[in-house]
Amino acid sequence: MIIKFTLNHQAVTIDTDPSRRLLDVLRVDFNLVGVKEGCGEGECGACSVLINHQVVNSCLVPVGNVHNKDVLTIEGYKLTPKYKIIETAFVDAGAVQCGFCTPGMVMATESLLYQNPHPSDLEIKIALSGNLCRCTGYNMIIEAVKLAVERGEGLW
Amino acid sequence: MKSVNVITPSVDGKGLMMGKAGYTNDYVLKNALIIKVLRSPHPFAKIVSIDDEEAKKLTGVECILSHKDFDRRPFTRAGQGYPEPSPHDKFVFDEYVRYVGDEVLCVAAIDEVTAEKALSLIKVEYEVLEPVLDFEKAMNNVSVIHPEPEIHEMFPIGFEPKKNISASYHMHIGNVEDTLKKCEVVIKESFYTQAQAHSMMEPHAVNTQFDYQNRLIIYSATQTPFHVRRIISQALNYPISKIRVIKPRVGGGFGGKQAIHGEIIASAVTIKTGKPAALVYTRKEVFESSYTRHPMRLDITVGADKDGTLKAIDCYVLSDTGAYGEHALTVFMVAGSKVLPLYNKVDSVRFHGHVVYTNHTPAGAFRGYGAIQGNFALESAVDILCNKLGMDPILFRQKNMMKENETSPIFAIMGEGTEGTAMMMETCKLDYCVKRGLELIDWNNKYPSKKINDHIVRSVGMAIAMQGSGIPYIDMGSATIKLNDDGFYNLLVGATDIGQGSDTILAQIAAEELMTSVDKMIPYSSDTDLTPFDTGAYASSTTFVSGNAVLKAAKTMKNKLIEEAANALNCAKEEIGFDGEIFNKVNSTESITLKELSNRLYYNSDQKQLMVTESYVGHKSPPPFMAGFAEIDLDTETGEVKVNKYCSVVDCGVTINPKLAKGQVEGAIVQGLGMALYEDVVYTAKGKLITNDFMSYRIPSRMETPELITEFAESNEPSGPFGAKSVGEIGIDTPPAAIMNAIYNACGVRIKSLPATPEKILMELRRKNHEQ
Repeated sequence: MIIKFTLNHQAVTIDTDPSRRLLDVLRVDFNLVGVKEGCGEGECGACSVLINHQVVNSCLVPVGNVHNKDVLTIEGYKLTPKYKIIETAFVDAGAVQCGFCTPGMVMATESLLYQNPHPSDLEIKIALSGNLCRCTGYNMIIEAVKLAVERGEGLW
Repeated sequence: MKSVNVITPSVDGKGLMMGKAGYTNDYVLKNALIIKVLRSPHPFAKIVSIDDEEAKKLTGVECILSHKDFDRRPFTRAGQGYPEPSPHDKFVFDEYVRYVGDEVLCVAAIDEVTAEKALSLIKVEYEVLEPVLDFEKAMNNVSVIHPEPEIHEMFPIGFEPKKNISASYHMHIGNVEDTLKKCEVVIKESFYTQAQAHSMMEPHAVNTQFDYQNRLIIYSATQTPFHVRRIISQALNYPISKIRVIKPRVGGGFGGKQAIHGEIIASAVTIKTGKPAALVYTRKEVFESSYTRHPMRLDITVGADKDGTLKAIDCYVLSDTGAYGEHALTVFMVAGSKVLPLYNKVDSVRFHGHVVYTNHTPAGAFRGYGAIQGNFALESAVDILCNKLGMDPILFRQKNMMKENETSPIFAIMGEGTEGTAMMMETCKLDYCVKRGLELIDWNNKYPSKKINDHIVRSVGMAIAMQGSGIPYIDMGSATIKLNDDGFYNLLVGATDIGQGSDTILAQIAAEELMTSVDKMIPYSSDTDLTPFDTGAYASSTTFVSGNAVLKAAKTMKNKLIEEAANALNCAKEEIGFDGEIFNKVNSTESITLKELSNRLYYNSDQKQLMVTESYVGHKSPPPFMAGFAEIDLDTETGEVKVNKYCSVVDCGVTINPKLAKGQVEGAIVQGLGMALYEDVVYTAKGKLITNDFMSYRIPSRMETPELITEFAESNEPSGPFGAKSVGEIGIDTPPAAIMNAIYNACGVRIKSLPATPEKILMELRRKNHEQ
């Protein structure tokens, strides 16, 4: 089946089985390895991408579902000024350890700030509770998001 | 100090965040065969026959390997020094399967769909055997889990497979029974700790290929690349000189990757087919078929006099190693050796026990490595004893605990399967850690508890802990430093960065000694062809052991640089001053920059490559210490515990990188909270794992994570690089005991079996109310 969608701001067309996981299409067909597979069951959030600015687990999305939609992965997002704010905040807060959950965490942060530029601590916790991390103890990630909110005032 | 004890961003953080290729599964070749493993549906069975005719006919299936394809050569998957203190009781594939999820055979095919299809076409006939599923009934059970004749121990570890005993041990100092008889107050309790799943975010992954020299290249998400090379060579009888193991970025380990998992199977496929191959565990396989923490029963008796002098500790441990004996002896021993010395003033102490086989997922290394189990039992017992004595648990600890410049005879007796190493505590700031923790949690205003409303009680609890810094006389780290033109360096280390940031802190140590900046010290780690040896990332060894090797190498490089500068400036090396950038000749204006010197050595005069290698083996293992304090809200109507705040005060010597050290402590605290309250590996009565995904196996998410306050004591360990001790594990040890003590302080219920679920607490509350 021919599937057309926007991937990281560019129009793309692929001919593939529409039931394939978006995760596999991104990693294998487009070599976007920033999208990680942590569980394959929609529980860990390592494969988070944005579809029409909503954060989703790409392991649960059949690629046929993104026809005519806008898909953003970390590889596309990292070119934006907003990313730069989040990157510096994550680095300064020490929010990256093994890094496997981090691209997904960054995409979830973007999704949160897009909808709510001034989240409370509780709102940050809820928004990122779908992204598991086993290294950091989370507090440093919450700290990072708060830093990004402060430094990115007006961007979101 | 310029580079050390300074917050430096990790060298790989930004790149990983941007999604740059870095992990094992990012390097799979496009034409790699995809491997899938057929796993046992039975907890214990003998394979009668395998019919793979249909699968073999399937287009795209390249090879199917089962026990018939391998010589019977037992080995251990435990990534430990050689000879390993773990029994050699595992075969690549065996005619027996010993737990649900054990490997039966593997299929390699052109893609995942074909490999899965092939698995579904294979018919295996099993003779189902009676499994051993209760570890307290394993010893001398009629069902013998390892009846095969070839298995063996590498040196005496109390291995008695016919009795289902994987390892056993006994030690005593003084006569504990006599001492206990004389004690004025004695308590005796049994504690149970559960299996815990590592749940690192990156599943186990490996890919293999032959390079242009026909050498076997293995990319592996491992904590122990050099051990992987040795074990594969041995298990497959393949020349070690033809194997290269590369460890790319690793997405968390926590001990779960201190072992061989898919590496042998993938290597066998590439050797058999000549083609590249990849094996990535599904999350279900990670839960079912890798490792868990060893579940234990700890029977502990402690005795004291009425004045609060602790006199005796007696501890028997029964540990469950599951189907294979990886780390069986050593995890069990650490439950004693890195716990009992906390109370070093006792007259007598005994530590003994057995590690038994069962038909469950094998247990292995997991952060804390026995210390968390032992700490939970001992630090709970201390509070129980204090309650009976009517003594303040803080005062009791302050009176009886380890102090600086003291020692414990246990250090000399208990090692890692061998004798231990006597050592003095040159740094032990436990006194400060306890005092500061009391302030941070506001203990005096909150202890023991306060009613918030008619069903919420707020309380506090605490525990102290110790760990180690590598295994003395066994763990070896080494480092090579190479000078490049323009005056920057390569730092090559065998040490294994698995996300904890060791590449960064080792570069900081080298940069500090050579007085340069971290960006001029380029770390490259864990490649068995290119980097010098290191035992790997385990036993809290990297900062102390590998860090000392790096410091030695940097010192040697500095001497060499000064010698070369003296040559260039025609003077004696004693006349050279060096600030990291410029060499000055004393009492003159003559000087040469490092940049000029390095270019001169490459292209002009005295030409040579400056490169030094140094190694370090610890002669001691200075323990980090900590005090952990929990504040909880306990709901007496639901039994639910909410941890509000966890304060940690840690003595790990000088923190090389305060941010990364804090990350280590806080990440470990949250894993310890998981063990205390939420995480539990659960099987059906027939031995099948129930908790095989993140929905059923609950690791703490942000919602369960309390406010974490983490501080470090001023401490400077003379034997450590720039005063550092290790910090990777210590954080995980205190939460179980501190939270159980807080639960007791809230409602008088003593939870002795982890995790403390609301059901257990409520049940105990009702029992207590009935009895009253």
